[in-house]
Amino acid sequence: MAVAARKTKAAAPVKSAAKPAKARTAKAGADKASTAAPSNMAVFTKEEDLHAYREMLLIRRFEEKAGQMYGMGLIGGFCHLYIGQEAVVVGMQMASKEGDQVITGYRDHGHMLACGMESRGVMAELTGRRGGYSRGKGGSMHMFSREKNFYGGHGIVGAQVSLGTGLGFANWYREDGRVSLAYFGDGAANQGQVYESFNMAQLWKLPVVFIIENNRYAMGTSVNRASAQTDFSRRGVSFGIPGEQVDGMDVRAVRDAATRAIEHARSGQGPYILEMQTYRYRGHSMSDPAKYRSKDEVQRMREEHDPIEQVRGRLTREFKVGEDELKAIDAKVREIVNDAAEFATHDPEPDASELFTDILLEPAKA
Amino acid sequence: MPIDILMPALSPTMEQGKLAKWLKAEGASVKAGDIIAEIETDKATMEVEAVDEGILAKILVADGTENVAVNTPIGIIAAEGEDAKAAASGGAGQAGKPAASSPQAAQSAPPAAVGEAPQVAAAPKAESAVANPPATPKSYDASAEFPAGAEIVSMTVREALRDAMAEEMRRDGDVFVMGEEVAEYQGAYKVTQGLLQEFGAKRVIDTPITEHGFAGIGVGAALTGLKPIVEFMTFNFAMQAIDQIINSAAKTLYMSGGQMGCPIVFRGPNGAAARVGAQHSHDYAAWYSNVPGLKVVMPYSASDAKGLLKSAIRDPNPIIFLENEILYGRSFDVPKGDDFLIPIGKAKVARPGTDVTIVSFGIGMTYALGAAEALAKEGIEAEVIDLRTIRPMDIETVVASIRKTNRCVAVEEGFPQSGVTAEIGMKIMEAAFDYLDAPVARVTGKDVPMPYAANLEKLALPNIGEVVAAAKAVCYR
Repeated sequence: MAVAARKTKAAAPVKSAAKPAKARTAKAGADKASTAAPSNMAVFTKEEDLHAYREMLLIRRFEEKAGQMYGMGLIGGFCHLYIGQEAVVVGMQMASKEGDQVITGYRDHGHMLACGMESRGVMAELTGRRGGYSRGKGGSMHMFSREKNFYGGHGIVGAQVSLGTGLGFANWYREDGRVSLAYFGDGAANQGQVYESFNMAQLWKLPVVFIIENNRYAMGTSVNRASAQTDFSRRGVSFGIPGEQVDGMDVRAVRDAATRAIEHARSGQGPYILEMQTYRYRGHSMSDPAKYRSKDEVQRMREEHDPIEQVRGRLTREFKVGEDELKAIDAKVREIVNDAAEFATHDPEPDASELFTDILLEPAKA
Repeated sequence: MPIDILMPALSPTMEQGKLAKWLKAEGASVKAGDIIAEIETDKATMEVEAVDEGILAKILVADGTENVAVNTPIGIIAAEGEDAKAAASGGAGQAGKPAASSPQAAQSAPPAAVGEAPQVAAAPKAESAVANPPATPKSYDASAEFPAGAEIVSMTVREALRDAMAEEMRRDGDVFVMGEEVAEYQGAYKVTQGLLQEFGAKRVIDTPITEHGFAGIGVGAALTGLKPIVEFMTFNFAMQAIDQIINSAAKTLYMSGGQMGCPIVFRGPNGAAARVGAQHSHDYAAWYSNVPGLKVVMPYSASDAKGLLKSAIRDPNPIIFLENEILYGRSFDVPKGDDFLIPIGKAKVARPGTDVTIVSFGIGMTYALGAAEALAKEGIEAEVIDLRTIRPMDIETVVASIRKTNRCVAVEEGFPQSGVTAEIGMKIMEAAFDYLDAPVARVTGKDVPMPYAANLEKLALPNIGEVVAAAKAVCYR
């Protein structure tokens, strides 16, 4: 997997070990450019790599801690970890602007952290405590932050695609220059409302970027067993929505494609589809033993394509960042995560009176 | 043999219309397929095609005649070789139809199964499944809630809904309408007539036929603070979108710990129209009323439709606004002015009485009010309560009435099991059991998918007789 995909036009000089790149734009037309072209992988500055490293590591450590706390019985219900997919949301956020909205499904912890939501509030929501983002009433799959323009956290597969298109609609209606980033998985990509949304988004030229996080399994069903067309970048072809396949394990490729997609949407040309080829290391949820794939497959992905290790390697090899500096970052991240876990463990549960609040808003007095 | 040209029905619910214009003169020859006249309803102007050939021997209903009942002979065609004069003098009725050549006669023609007092149900048209009485029943007086000194105008429910949207769109740029055929077509039922012309294509948005998708888009826009009015061509089609209505619109405020409200109105016709079968006749009041996080409104009169829709648009919560196609064309008194609001969650006493309380809402009010008039003739004074809002339900007003009457009949068109009337009955048990002198009775739609056949459809719906019988039963009379 992990095909670095690019639009045909070359941008930056080849830096890293070249992987075959493949253009996949609906605009350019079907399979014309499917032959290998020289890679033109985007480069990151040292600061950008350090930023990506920090952000991805925070998500990784946070999720590991969440898994641990789930095992301790502190987190209940469903808990879907983002481990392995960190480069997707971090790279997207590096290309987005203040005010752009983010909406996703239930594998949402990483998106929230990448949007700048506090680890404490996210973790306390996972433990169902009053300091959680939804005051303990939403849980892992249902968190929101109006302040950070994070619109959830949705538990119904595919629902966030229409909702995210609605966010784009609001931007179009207000003409405020914002772009909606709507994330969904390869499983959700087969839902009917996704195509209803594609149609209207393109019909009205709404500023939405559809990010399909193809982690190769919709719960336990592999992409090949569920999808007649496994090239998800082409799912918008019949609507004329351009799409790209992107190496979602490489944060630079993600940021690069995201920049193009967001610019397309922001400039009034309508929606754009990015298929992020990624991988989740853990099961679908905490209760999934993941027997539908081999241990070798997971091991290979971790060893050869890990998004964090790729950045770490560059930082040490190319930017000569010392072990000490990286260890300091690791320590800082662990401190944030431990603090969040500590807070989420000891924060009280919501007051019983919370049961009946937030059901309806009080209308303004006429 | 001369042939009567009959006033055609242009929609499942059309009862009468205006003969706007004859396009052929008496004596003109007519071929099948020729456009011979134009008919106007409150929804649209339609052309009348000839289906027979011959000479237009006589025009029976003149240009510009209003309220011509469906099936009234409007002209006579003499066949080739027939003496047109003789045919004309033979006149209407030869085809076995009652002559109705004056507007007055036409007006009294269509009585009705569903909504009118039984004493008028005499003409042949009584077999029709619907009624369209031209004016507000005498027993329904809404004026107590009208602003003092306001000018009162008669308008249809359809016009009242349109005015409510237009007024609120003028008031607040965040309000917009989206749905199928709401813009260029002017509304599938003409409720959004004129809105595109006034507010433009950005605020009056035709969607593709994709309820699930555009409901989700509406909810997403509402989460950012815009105030969409999402029209469903009928709530039957909202089943495609019900996940977004319930899982996204109704629950997000709670799931976000109060951060993210969803100020959206889902509106459109709900329940049975006339002869449209099981998939277009479902009443969803009970479904939506089951869901915390929603408000469910179901008005009967035009003034309530206007005042409640304006309140719904201003409300910061997701509102299910259930209209009724049969009621669209009915006229009621409505006060003029942009500030006329009816609060959501308040029932009203539509007719005062002392002997039995009849509770209903939406089109169910036609049975309730019709029954009250019939009961009055037998010396039983029913107090009729229009719930107007199903959720939150103003049971206090019902209980206050029951304390007076000690008896209650609840009426709805929806199915009996887990219906709104089931809820009314239970709430009365909880709040007013000691005041009851008889068990609460209910009259509902029958527990069957809506049949198509006119007689079966009529049987499937409640009727005034059933409400009268139930009221007498709880009065032990």
